Amino acid sequence: MNRQLTHVAWAAMGLIVALVLGTTYWQTWARPGLAARQDNEIQRVSEFQIRRGLILAPERVLARNRVVERRGKKLYFRRYPQGRLAAHVVGYSTASRSRAGLEKSLNGVLTGTERNLGGLVERQLDDLRGKPIVGDTVVTTLDLHAQKVALDALGRTCGAVAALDPRSGRLLVMASSPSYDPNVVENNFGKISKITAACRPAAPLINRATQGLYPPGSTFKVVTASAALETNRFSPDSEFYDPGYCIAYGKRVNNFDTSSPFGNLSLATALQHSVNSVFCNVGKALGAKRILDQAKKFGFYERPPLETPDGERYPSGLYRNGELWYPKRDSDVDAGRMAFGQERMLVTPLQMAMVAAGIGNAGIVMRPYVVEKIVSPKGQTVSRTERQRLDRAVGPVNARDIADMMVSAVQAGTGTAAQIPGYRIGGKTGTAETGVSGQNTTWFIAFAGRPGRRPEVAIAVALERQSLTGGATAAPIARSVMESLLRRGGNP
Amino acid sequence: MSARNRELATLFLAALVASAAFASAWISGLGTVDYGWLPWAAALAAVFLVAHAVARWIVPDADPTLLPLTALLCAIGLTFVYRIDPYDGRRQLVWVAVGVAVFVLVLVWLRYDYRVLERYKYVFGVSAIVLLMLPSAPGLGQRVNGVKLWVDIGPLRFQPGEIAKIFLVIFLAGYLRDKREALAQGRLKDFGPLLAIWGGAMLVLVQTSDLGSALLNFGIFLAMLYAATGRLSFVVAGLALFAGGAALLYDKLDRVQQRVTVWLTPWTDDKVYCAINGKLEYRQNCDSYQLVKSLYSIANGGYGGTGIGRGTFQTVDGTPLIPYLQTDFVYSAIAQELGLIGASAVLLLFLALVARAMRVSLVAHDGFSKLLAAGLAFGFALQTFIIVGGVLRLVPLTGITLPFVSYGGSSIVSNFVMLALLMLVSHRAVRTAPT
Repeated sequence: MNRQLTHVAWAAMGLIVALVLGTTYWQTWARPGLAARQDNEIQRVSEFQIRRGLILAPERVLARNRVVERRGKKLYFRRYPQGRLAAHVVGYSTASRSRAGLEKSLNGVLTGTERNLGGLVERQLDDLRGKPIVGDTVVTTLDLHAQKVALDALGRTCGAVAALDPRSGRLLVMASSPSYDPNVVENNFGKISKITAACRPAAPLINRATQGLYPPGSTFKVVTASAALETNRFSPDSEFYDPGYCIAYGKRVNNFDTSSPFGNLSLATALQHSVNSVFCNVGKALGAKRILDQAKKFGFYERPPLETPDGERYPSGLYRNGELWYPKRDSDVDAGRMAFGQERMLVTPLQMAMVAAGIGNAGIVMRPYVVEKIVSPKGQTVSRTERQRLDRAVGPVNARDIADMMVSAVQAGTGTAAQIPGYRIGGKTGTAETGVSGQNTTWFIAFAGRPGRRPEVAIAVALERQSLTGGATAAPIARSVMESLLRRGGNP
Repeated sequence: MSARNRELATLFLAALVASAAFASAWISGLGTVDYGWLPWAAALAAVFLVAHAVARWIVPDADPTLLPLTALLCAIGLTFVYRIDPYDGRRQLVWVAVGVAVFVLVLVWLRYDYRVLERYKYVFGVSAIVLLMLPSAPGLGQRVNGVKLWVDIGPLRFQPGEIAKIFLVIFLAGYLRDKREALAQGRLKDFGPLLAIWGGAMLVLVQTSDLGSALLNFGIFLAMLYAATGRLSFVVAGLALFAGGAALLYDKLDRVQQRVTVWLTPWTDDKVYCAINGKLEYRQNCDSYQLVKSLYSIANGGYGGTGIGRGTFQTVDGTPLIPYLQTDFVYSAIAQELGLIGASAVLLLFLALVARAMRVSLVAHDGFSKLLAAGLAFGFALQTFIIVGGVLRLVPLTGITLPFVSYGGSSIVSNFVMLALLMLVSHRAVRTAPT
């Protein structure tokens, strides 16, 4: 019988060996996949035993820890002392609702898992000693004074303000309205769904500065003008005749104010007064793809770079059926309409701030960033964000010409409401009409600085559900935010 | 060195390892270093010293590795049950003590010749069937988690299936020793007993909807049948019959259907009907919740594990992530905290136990002893495979216990009975060895 018994023994041992192999599979090959799954709470829960790094704005704490003792274990929950002020940038880290904002995208830094070898060894040693693991601190570039001015100015209006330093790409302001208090996300989420604003749904969790896709209206004329000058087929002095309308695809497209056509005028005057018919003709002459390729140089058709989560930043461009779309042929798009910001073109406020920044910065678009540096728990700077060029969008001469046109639009055009005495401001208004009164999206994009020097601030303001123009609604908000940023001159 | 002295030395080593493990769980649970774990370690050591002393008296020549391996497995089980729920840990310690007491009783009772059991093989056979059917008897059986496995007698709740398994092995060892020559010819009429047992297994399956227990008992039967007759055709036919029968009954067995569905597709990308709350849910949030959370737990262990006491089994507000962690899913707790290295080591303990038990069978002299030991050894292996394999998604998950490790009284006690029988067989084999 022993021969059979040996077989049975092998079979029995084979069963156990199969278990070792099964365990190996789940703990090695399948491990990363399982760890990344949405419904896997273990990762999230075990990270609550890590003392997360702080998130700071210069001089202010945006996120800190609250220690709770439970069953002899220290758990670290988040507190956001600034409440709704920087909610959309900072986001939240909770057990019940996962994470958002920098808390999500920089989770590895804040929990100390993304470190160089020495840092990781130290982290492991802390773990063995039973000390709580401490994450790295993130210092942001936000200017909270201006951030508050922006959020207050927005009030109950739905919309967003994005402002950055054109010379470096430092993000100074990113306000989205309505905002929410990240402190209530964990235990009182119902409060957030009750937030109301002048639009419905109020959607307070959306970061409208990077997730709000709005028709750009006349602000897109800056892109069209750039394309026009870059092709060398037009100059600021190119002459046009404005009958008050333009014929695009056999249909008549009116100027904003059809009652007083300008007659003969230059491209520069057309931008200053935002004359649709001129840009309609420029668009038809250039073709859609040439304008879109210019837009790409400003960053369109890519998610604008920033340290917030990818899913919280949308690319700007033409959209078809809810998806980003690039036309195969010029004839697929009505270039005349697109040239002044209609025709399924959708943009985010951050992207339009990058356009203004590029023009202000002699044609060079800098890569936007919101993280100034990362500091270890011992106070050593682990890494510092280097300023980086994203693209040269326009040649320096053309950039100066367009900048001059935008300056005259603020001095004596559509954007006079943005004037700040003693500063050189160049701006462009936008009013994207939906045809329904009180449903316009209004815009103002601008750069500002001391006369004779490079602009220090570039800004975009977008407002939902407006009945007036961008010059009347968005420009004053841009003015007060820019003033706050310029007057204190806190930006090196 | 004599067998028992080696056993004592190995027990001492096991005590060191076990104390270190339990102390880790104790200290990390408390958050401060103290010596409150010492009484526990001492109690467990004392219990196994009693077992050792009785073994020294009654079965001095028995295999010296079986008891230390059991002790280590019990200590690991106790550590993790305590780690997950200190209250259950206390009860588990009591159950281990009861198990050792029963171990002693069995040794004392059968100290002259355990082969008297063979005389009552039919009594055991009939009792096994009765015990298996007991939970489905009206008024007596308790349905827990959709499966009828428990019987309430007064304040005690026990799983008769655990005891039935042993009775079945005793019956089969006696019966097959009698009939093995006849059966080995492999004539068509010799398939009769196979069909009868298969019918019994199917009946139990329908009555209790417990695939695990049916698979375990039928598997043990096939292994013993093969050992007795050497005919692979019986095994193949048996497996085919079992699969066919289960497939035919599949429509009637909601519980089994659910288990198989969960096994094949634990994750769904779309919401499916969830019988638990009557709504549409992702399956990972409904039927396969437990399995999926358990897989997350295992995966979280990685190579080295989180360390004892430092795994994550609760959400931040203290609700358990995995229901039934200390019973059916104790392996996923072990795998998370000990990692691949530690979990493999625990499996190797089982491998060693099974290998030594099979060796007992090989060195035994008479057919009954050989078949008895082989049945018990294979039973350990298959039970381990079914529950851990279920947790690892190798086979459909069914709720049976991990021998000596899972929390649960009837399981601990019946496994100690199996251990006692193995040591009796082992002792006799050495004592009566022809020199």
